Amino acid sequence: MAAKTENQRAWFFVIPVILLVAFNAIVPLMTVVNYSVQETFGNNQFFWSGVTWFEETLKSERFQAALGRQLLFTAIILAIEIPLGIAIALSMPRSGPWVSVCLVLMSLPLLIPWNVVGSMWNIFALPDIGLLGYTLNAMGFNYDYTQQPLAAWATLIAMDVWHWTSLVVLLSYAGLISIPDAYYQAAKIDGAGKWAVFRHIQLPKMKRVLTIAILLRFMDSFMIYTEPFVLTGGGPGNATTFLSIDLVKKALGEFDLGPAAAMSLIYFLITLLVSWLFYTVMMRNEGEES
Amino acid sequence: MTIELRNVAKNVGGETHIYDTSVRFAETGFNVLLGETRAGKTTLIKLIAGLERPTSGEIWIKGRDVTTLSPQKRNVSLVHQFFVNYPNMNVFENIASPLRVAGVGRKERKRRVEEAAELMRLTPMLKRRPSELSGGQQQRTALARAIVKDSDVVLFDEPLANLDYKLREELRDELPRLLAGRGAIVVYATSEPHEALLLGGHTATMKEGRVTQFGETSKVFRQPNNLDTARVFSDPPMNAASVIKQGNEIVMDTARWRVPDALKNAPDGAYTLGLHPHTVTPVQENTEAVQVQGKVIVTELSGSESIAHFTRGGEDWVSQAHGVHAFKVGETHDFYFDAARGLYFGSDGRLVA
Repeated sequence: MAAKTENQRAWFFVIPVILLVAFNAIVPLMTVVNYSVQETFGNNQFFWSGVTWFEETLKSERFQAALGRQLLFTAIILAIEIPLGIAIALSMPRSGPWVSVCLVLMSLPLLIPWNVVGSMWNIFALPDIGLLGYTLNAMGFNYDYTQQPLAAWATLIAMDVWHWTSLVVLLSYAGLISIPDAYYQAAKIDGAGKWAVFRHIQLPKMKRVLTIAILLRFMDSFMIYTEPFVLTGGGPGNATTFLSIDLVKKALGEFDLGPAAAMSLIYFLITLLVSWLFYTVMMRNEGEES
Repeated sequence: MTIELRNVAKNVGGETHIYDTSVRFAETGFNVLLGETRAGKTTLIKLIAGLERPTSGEIWIKGRDVTTLSPQKRNVSLVHQFFVNYPNMNVFENIASPLRVAGVGRKERKRRVEEAAELMRLTPMLKRRPSELSGGQQQRTALARAIVKDSDVVLFDEPLANLDYKLREELRDELPRLLAGRGAIVVYATSEPHEALLLGGHTATMKEGRVTQFGETSKVFRQPNNLDTARVFSDPPMNAASVIKQGNEIVMDTARWRVPDALKNAPDGAYTLGLHPHTVTPVQENTEAVQVQGKVIVTELSGSESIAHFTRGGEDWVSQAHGVHAFKVGETHDFYFDAARGLYFGSDGRLVA
């Protein structure tokens, strides 16, 4: 074995990244941590308050309700977008001129900014003048997302599915086309049916990209803000007040810096924890090359 | 009872992948398909397996017309160049998978899987997933899957191409033994001439979508019917020299020698002389040998053999000789060949003598 060599110069190469991360992540995060353990009555005067805000936030019904709504929303989004995305990817052609047509069509929704999607659907679904809202009402459905919590939820879910299923489709498709033809031939010779091919070849081979798709969709839907904000501002009532909307109300609307900071830290930790859990569970027994 | 291709042809989108081909494969031993990449070996394998349908012609397996049957109904096994196993099943389940689809009972299944695993020396690995195996073990698993089901036909599509040298040697030795006595017809595609020679049996040489010759491997190697076959079946490549027959003499530039007996009655004119690299040597082995001079371009030393590529009269030649010979690149050397061991092809590429 060669003698262990240490070269302090390596630090110079790391410093730019450390500085960048420090200014855009660590310093702001620490400011929030700072707020979360203090009480202020203005005038830039702060008093130590320990974990009071954390306890208060966790115990508050308002937070629990928002968290509950958030979890339900994310669960519905994942339950729809992942299977739907896989199904669309499976039905896309694997070669020929239609491939690029499909890919472009699939990518279009992804290019549209969140607030534009929100405004589009806001107008589209308006019960009196919107194409969707008006049609539904004309067909006899009583639909008004400004009044009915259920209608607001349905609109939000439709909006998110429309906007983001493509991401799952594209990732799954990338996983699918990377499977060598030899696998399908082997399955044909074995006489394996469509379901067996999906279960034993396609799904295991897509595992990695699906993990990434689920993670991305989880984090993104868990942090959803713009769409409900543009659609109803969290209403009707509190029906679509998800965690991020609640947080903004608390921090900017009510200017409760301490509790808002505590809440955002809890929010951050939940997102981190769930993502980590997802990743660990899905990557267990992993080792498969994709 | 064997595999028969009757006037089989395959066109894909205006391009011919296989030209009208009729072959009756041997029932026992290996049937080697030998040819370069894109010669049509894989297409032929797929046609036999039923993964592709011929554009015209018929395929018969064991006295049964299978032309329109699905792969499953043909009772074939296929081992690929890539190590194809189900990624989420362990080795046992992988080997058992064709039996499960075929509806073999649990007890019988276990017995046969264990037997196949024992043969392929996979018994300690039965619980592992393919991703936890080495390349050689993955290919053994694929081989076990192919032999466990007692197929009528076992097809190999360059199964050893992605393995390292040692494993390739090892498996190549084992394969004929594993398949012997199973009653399966074996078709084995490879691009390496020496692999065909080592496996023995019969060989079909292929070039650009045509089977140029089919017969016993050693016979095809020693007595190729045509120049294409001789070229496909020679590694390093066969030397092909333009010669002219003038009465009782063969003329190659300044060199001349007596016409071999078999060529005596052939008309005068241009012929192609084919010489296997091992018949061209840097030392004079007998007094009859024809001497040529060539400028050495590249030399290779492989184990106990010396290979020299040289140019002579505008043609690229290769000499392959036992022992270590010192060649200097760029210098002119003398080489010798025994004209009696040469093959003479007519202008249409057919063997004359």
